[in-house]
Amino acid sequence: MSLVQILFYVMSFIALGSALFVAATKNLVRSIFMFFVTLFALAGLYVLALADFVAITQIVIYVGGILVLILFAFMLSGKETLNIIAQQRSKFISINKVAAFLLAGLFLLILLNTFFKVDADHLAWITGSVRFNNVITPTAAMTENIGVNLMTKYLLPFEAISILLMVALIGAAHLSRKGEKQ
Amino acid sequence: MISMNDFLIVSAVLFCIGLYMIVSKRNAIQILIGIELMLNAAILNLVAFGKYDRFFNGGQMFALFAIVLAAATTAVALAIILNVYRQYKTIDPGRIDNLGDE
Repeated sequence: MSLVQILFYVMSFIALGSALFVAATKNLVRSIFMFFVTLFALAGLYVLALADFVAITQIVIYVGGILVLILFAFMLSGKETLNIIAQQRSKFISINKVAAFLLAGLFLLILLNTFFKVDADHLAWITGSVRFNNVITPTAAMTENIGVNLMTKYLLPFEAISILLMVALIGAAHLSRKGEKQ
Repeated sequence: MISMNDFLIVSAVLFCIGLYMIVSKRNAIQILIGIELMLNAAILNLVAFGKYDRFFNGGQMFALFAIVLAAATTAVALAIILNVYRQYKTIDPGRIDNLGDE
């Protein structure tokens, strides 16, 4: 068992454990902060999948942007209502959660069954790309290639997503301002 | 080398945890966290299979676009949640059951 595999198992254990904690805990603030840990572990998994640029982007955008936004929304929505919700949730513990648990468990069963039947390491296009030496090696520096591709092959999606991001941010700012009438 | 099945299993479990959160939680922010978990599971798959595309980086590029889209979605969703809280004084989706103009 190589060091990479040990690191992979450690990272995936951290990611899955903290995600389970996020799903199971009653304390909302604690679940948000455990979500930090999940995202960092996922960034580690991206590094192990040889996508270092995506991992850095994940840390910058998710941990730096989205989680701070979620914390903001949590702080701005009142604390009392959240406490009321928590009490209700502990009362209705049985039916609501059993149905959700059943749904998630059966979905997981289906997904795992499919994955074990597919044998993802020997798909046709994967063996083809291995034959044509189209595999990212651990020593390759991919960031330059990503930049060149972003400005040539993926230029149209890049521009579209930049416009969409601007629209979404303006819309968010417009939605969350105080109304004049109220 | 890490096999593809390991990545697939990890992302499947993450996806199902997100699904469980979306169905069972009674708080819009936690539902949003569940959606983020499902998105991250999908991005993990994209990145893992993106290893087999060295020239065009299809998987990694799509993962980058998905991350940026998730950021935009979250900003809009949180603005909506704040508005809903201002209107109804609760963010439990089960109790938001009438239109705004009354």
